[in-house]
Amino acid sequence: MVIVGGGVVGAACAYYAARAGLTVTVVERGAVAGGTTGAGEGNLLVSDKEPGPELDLAVLSSARWAELAAEDGLGAAVEYEPKGGLVVAETEEGAAGLAGLAARQRASGVEAVEVPAAELTGYEPHLAPDLAGGMFYPQDAQVQPMLAAAHLLRASGAEVRTGVTVTGMSRSGARVTGVRTDRGDLAAGAVVNAAGTWGGEVAALAGVNVPILPRRGFILVTEPLPPLIRHKVYAAEYVANVASDDEGLESSAVVEGTPAGTILIGATRERVGFDRTLSTAALRRLARQAIRLFPVLADVAAIRAYCGFRPYCPDHLPVIGPDPRAEGLLHACGHEGAGIGLAAATGHLIAQSLTGARPDFDLHPFRPDRFPEQP
Amino acid sequence: MRDVVVIGAGPAGLAAAVAAATAGLDVALIDAGRRPGGQFYRHHAAETGRLHHDWDAFVRLRDALDRLTYLPGHRVWHVEDGFTVHALAGDRDERPVRIDARAVVVATGAHDRSLPFPGWDLPGVLTAGGAQALLKGDRVPAGKRIVVAGTGPFLLPVATGLARAGATVAGVFEANRPYGFARHVARHPGKAREGAGYAALLARHRIPYRTGHAVVAAHGDDRIEAVTVARLDRDWAPVRERVIACDTVAVGYGFTPQLEIPLQLGCATRMDADGSLIVAVDVTQRTSVPGVYAAGETTGVGGAQLSLVEGELAGLAVAEAAGGVAPDPADVQRLLARRRRLRAFAGAMHAAYPVRPGWMDRLRDDTLVCRCEEVTRGRLAEAAELGATDPRSAKLLSRAGMGWCQGRVCGYATAWLAAGVCGRLPGADDLRGIARRPLAQPLRLGDLATDDQP
Repeated sequence: MVIVGGGVVGAACAYYAARAGLTVTVVERGAVAGGTTGAGEGNLLVSDKEPGPELDLAVLSSARWAELAAEDGLGAAVEYEPKGGLVVAETEEGAAGLAGLAARQRASGVEAVEVPAAELTGYEPHLAPDLAGGMFYPQDAQVQPMLAAAHLLRASGAEVRTGVTVTGMSRSGARVTGVRTDRGDLAAGAVVNAAGTWGGEVAALAGVNVPILPRRGFILVTEPLPPLIRHKVYAAEYVANVASDDEGLESSAVVEGTPAGTILIGATRERVGFDRTLSTAALRRLARQAIRLFPVLADVAAIRAYCGFRPYCPDHLPVIGPDPRAEGLLHACGHEGAGIGLAAATGHLIAQSLTGARPDFDLHPFRPDRFPEQP
Repeated sequence: MRDVVVIGAGPAGLAAAVAAATAGLDVALIDAGRRPGGQFYRHHAAETGRLHHDWDAFVRLRDALDRLTYLPGHRVWHVEDGFTVHALAGDRDERPVRIDARAVVVATGAHDRSLPFPGWDLPGVLTAGGAQALLKGDRVPAGKRIVVAGTGPFLLPVATGLARAGATVAGVFEANRPYGFARHVARHPGKAREGAGYAALLARHRIPYRTGHAVVAAHGDDRIEAVTVARLDRDWAPVRERVIACDTVAVGYGFTPQLEIPLQLGCATRMDADGSLIVAVDVTQRTSVPGVYAAGETTGVGGAQLSLVEGELAGLAVAEAAGGVAPDPADVQRLLARRRRLRAFAGAMHAAYPVRPGWMDRLRDDTLVCRCEEVTRGRLAEAAELGATDPRSAKLLSRAGMGWCQGRVCGYATAWLAAGVCGRLPGADDLRGIARRPLAQPLRLGDLATDDQP
């Protein structure tokens, strides 16, 4: 099989497919983890999702990531930290909303522990003192996304061909039998489109419509500090933002420390195409929100900012599984801002599809042909 | 809204700002330094010009600063299209400042280009430019017994300046053998006089000057006590080594233009003959972005005289575009001719003082490449094994260049090492991949949060 895309989703597909006995070649236009994976925070979150197919996928993926991290050396190599997430509310209403969300999420297998206002500083000593309450999610975790992609690819034993651009699909009748590249053709029993934000372009090479668009996000990085923030901490408004259809600038800061000592503050959400121009308004909002949660951050220096382009579909669900319109082609893309977290389950499900195993999970909500055909 | 904001008050920025202001434009000249002059004219408060070439040119420009708004002590961290300059003003109690202007002249200069070697993280190892800055700004020689090494004519003013200030210079080790360069120097009477002056000073202070030699290691426990100097072959592989005692080593392998702001604004860049990324400009110093001009080292390292000429050309071009003030054609012809000559000289200099791949032979697996994040050459090799095929992915997989200096010190070396793994020399795309810095300066989150408040 050939996987198009060397980001974390392609890497997870390679890993599980190889483990299922398939011979895998990964074709990547740039460098490993050079696209959205290289611009991510490494969030493995169950806390930020409303009940539904994506939350189910996230819960499955959380367990898969924990298994991966337990394998020899892999957890340390990818900087896996099962640190848990703390969602905080500024108001009593917000706290009540959090409690309601957690109750619904628990039915999907999410663990959530209510944290009264007075106990918040026990979790995070530097939190603002005037918050109304919070919810702790022990399943939330973190990896360093570039290392995660690179080490999954290495562990897969797949042949990785970087700097190779897929220019077309080889066909035998309607069936996809491989890819054409700028470095020659590659025959394959199956082709997996794991091209992330550029997945729509790869789908178009096979003549099928998978509508994936970029949703820009900025992340701020602080100077390295001694450990200051223990968990992934964000405000309750974040959940509404993730699911929002608004095109304008939205942000709610997710604040977290990293093993390197830097603190990551992310991320904004904007639909502005592939524009890399820095938005000072976006950074200003991130800084304000981070300081609102952790006043101590006002005196900490930001040393870097970067942006990436989340691959989003109109219904905010990823595209996973075989494409009935083009036999031999599978998709594993469109994970929006949750690609790192959902990668493990996605790779696992793609491997099951490829080997004819019955998937652990109903892929119907993620089917590639669910969108209206383009006129 | 100003007519133009000039960023950087070194030779190019001063010349641009004064030319535009003299033509009647409303000019703001913004600079991180406390005093005008940049690195070349860096000076002590009581300076009379003894330590500087072309001091008169500087005095003329400094005396014209009352024609414009000069803003020292401002660190620019971002420039938005349109144009809004975001800066931090002040020393300890910095406050965010915004300046709007219809045009921008980028004259942000260059910083030292470093190449790592075992022991280069020891106290007492500094850049040639760092030693020069201490001397010019604080009148302090960086050490008592100093070795100067690297490549390029800049090593000469550093070594002779240190000797005149009372330090013992144990040797100048020039990695190249620039035999053919003398005839280019001979064609420029000013440069020839300058060169002869350095030769006389080297002789008077009995400073050994060795071509085809480099410092390949520094030794010491808490600080540097000695260096290993090697004779190099044509590709800079070390041939024969000896140890020289010293308390300080000043090393420089050319300069890296500071391109944060032009890259923020989307200006087209290209690679110069010295292997540095530079801003592409046309004959009037215009970049590819309307309203943005660049002058001096950002458009190609070439020294202060060239910067003065380019700055003046940029200032005249802004005055014509923004103020409708046509410059005197004779002035422009004179400046263009001078720029041509000085650019040709810079080209000959870059050809005579290249960086050769053998410098990488000095590195051991445990030699630090990125000092901020303590990334060794071995870690970069691991990143390559993991699939890093360019400097940007090498950085993402190894953390090289992710620390305080944001790759300003290690970026060039990382680019060589990452490209070298793929069997090539670093190209323009390699350098672009690690040159983008949306935050050109660190800034407090508190200042960022209130950046829009007057």
